[in-house]
Amino acid sequence: MITATKPATVPLRFSLPIGGVAGTSFKPEHLPAILGTGPQAGFFEVHAENYMGAGGAPHRALEAIRRDHALSLHGVCMSIGGPQPLDKTHLARFRGLVARYQPALISEHLAWSTHETSFFNDLLPLPYTEATLASVCDHIDEVQEAIRRPLLLENPSTYVTFRQSTMSETDFIRAITARTGCGLLLDINNVFVSATNHGYSALDYLADFPLAHVGEIHLAGHAEQTDDDGNLLLIDSHDGPVADAVWKLFEIIIARRGPVPTLIEWDSKIPEWPILRAEAAAAQAILDRCQTAEETEDRRAA
Amino acid sequence: MSAKHVVTTLALAGAMSTALATLAAAGPLTKAEADAAVAAKKEKCFGVALKGQNDCAAGPGTTCQGTSTVDFQGNAWKFVQGGTCTSIDLPGGKKGSLKPV
Amino acid sequence: MRPEADPGFAAAFAPPLLDPARDAPTAVTGRNGKPAGRRYDVYRNNVTVSLIDALAAIYPAVQRITGTDFFRAMARFHVRNSPPTSPLLFDYGRDFPDFVANYTHAQDMPWLADVARIERAWLDAYHAADALRLSSALLSAIAPELLDDLVFTPHPATRIVRSHYAAVTIFAANRDSAPVARIDASTPEDALITRAEFDVEVRHLPPGGAVFATSLMSGEPLGAAAMAAFDASADFDIAANIAGLIEAGAFISFAFGDPA
Repeated sequence: MITATKPATVPLRFSLPIGGVAGTSFKPEHLPAILGTGPQAGFFEVHAENYMGAGGAPHRALEAIRRDHALSLHGVCMSIGGPQPLDKTHLARFRGLVARYQPALISEHLAWSTHETSFFNDLLPLPYTEATLASVCDHIDEVQEAIRRPLLLENPSTYVTFRQSTMSETDFIRAITARTGCGLLLDINNVFVSATNHGYSALDYLADFPLAHVGEIHLAGHAEQTDDDGNLLLIDSHDGPVADAVWKLFEIIIARRGPVPTLIEWDSKIPEWPILRAEAAAAQAILDRCQTAEETEDRRAA
Repeated sequence: MSAKHVVTTLALAGAMSTALATLAAAGPLTKAEADAAVAAKKEKCFGVALKGQNDCAAGPGTTCQGTSTVDFQGNAWKFVQGGTCTSIDLPGGKKGSLKPV
Repeated sequence: MRPEADPGFAAAFAPPLLDPARDAPTAVTGRNGKPAGRRYDVYRNNVTVSLIDALAAIYPAVQRITGTDFFRAMARFHVRNSPPTSPLLFDYGRDFPDFVANYTHAQDMPWLADVARIERAWLDAYHAADALRLSSALLSAIAPELLDDLVFTPHPATRIVRSHYAAVTIFAANRDSAPVARIDASTPEDALITRAEFDVEVRHLPPGGAVFATSLMSGEPLGAAAMAAFDASADFDIAANIAGLIEAGAFISFAFGDPA
């Protein structure tokens, strides 16, 4: 039986950092397999909006997961990148989930999804200008004020660019961290997808990315299409294994940044739990190699 | 309101007592029992038509990821019969169909 | 001076998302300043497909009845006319049953909208607040003379859907993958949807049952609700209906209304 928890009355607390562990998206169809194998070493990430119902089976499943695991709460619909004010009701629901489930990681997207009253259920792009920077920072301040802790902001995958942009995406993101104190969720698949789609180097982008602020990494699979000129156009589809090139970039970033919580995102054509868990194990092996290397260096230095 | 529809205290008390006895005595009808009862036209029972199935397909997940399916134009109207509607009859031999009207 | 956010970029980007007849906005480009073309179509596609998928997840029986192609074509019209207004997709499609009822190409399936109404009620029950069901033991202590004024508080999950057709049978036969036997759609059926704990249950209501349950759920006292049910059906069985509603977990508590 679920105890009826009133989120507003539960105090907000800080969770301890979880360090360089690999986690996976939590999908309800995996619940029996996960509970059947006992507590997992990593963490689980959920889309916040799927747990904004009042009660029932979704909360029972999330409580069962949370009992033995660290949780990452990943918002997908806050529309932080949009020009209009944040939806206060939605923000209150988000805060309620933070209070109820005490997630170790909390993140949202540099994107928008609502215009006027229509919700488009996609992560839509924005131009990078002084004006959009100001409104994004206002929105992040508002979220962080509500949840009383820093938010991790995720870099987008994009298919188009805005003519009116006056700064690079990395400059824009760096300015956000400086003004708001937020952390970053570095989605390496998004970097690879955007770099391919726009014809720049993913390594150059990552060299310019403020890695010190990264508190979580996302890895995911993508799909391939072509644009009108026959150029390769990658789609951030989260429907398959992580691409080799993205694994390579991940190794480079972990060597440079040190281990951080890393998530395997898989949202459609969801495989059996052992396959998803094996992807997380591959990420964990890379994180562990780096941790061993760091310890060796520490001993040498001592 | 006609006289026969006045529900007396006595009738209510009797009904409540019967209801409580029913609840104490019997477990809920299984789907098979309910189907059998409905088939026998004993339609006073509360036949359970569907129970559970709270599986992963219970409502949409908020994904927000890109989709590689191409399906936004779709101005070719599709009325291809592919569903179970042809098993569902209406009086006069009229069946569900998907032909344009 | 603080720069004002320019609402123009979203106002220009949004309208063509749900209107394939419009060109991609000129504010965005592909590589080297070329028109966005198929690159913008990725966004149109994500929006349209994900919202059709959301309706398919909420209305799986309707989709099975019509077949996937018919369903997606019908859903696409609805998505374009009525995009969501909430970021909670399990709240989407409340107006879809009415849309189905008026959809030109579904007029041969007059029961289809009622099947959709049961599916919508099913999902509402699934996400409703948790509450402890009323225990029948508490009812046994009530003095007979108080029964007439007994009023019930419904469980947050409880729903009633009435149909002129065999919507409950059609719904139940199409919510799983087992073969569908012939169904006579002409028998009127009323559905009681409950979720006493975590499993949503859908029941057939007996004659007068829908009027009885609806009256009680709206706060009518037991005596008045029973009279309304008798008016609706001479076959109404008070005892069976009280037992059925309590057993289904339709209520969480009771109180005594003002004696008339």
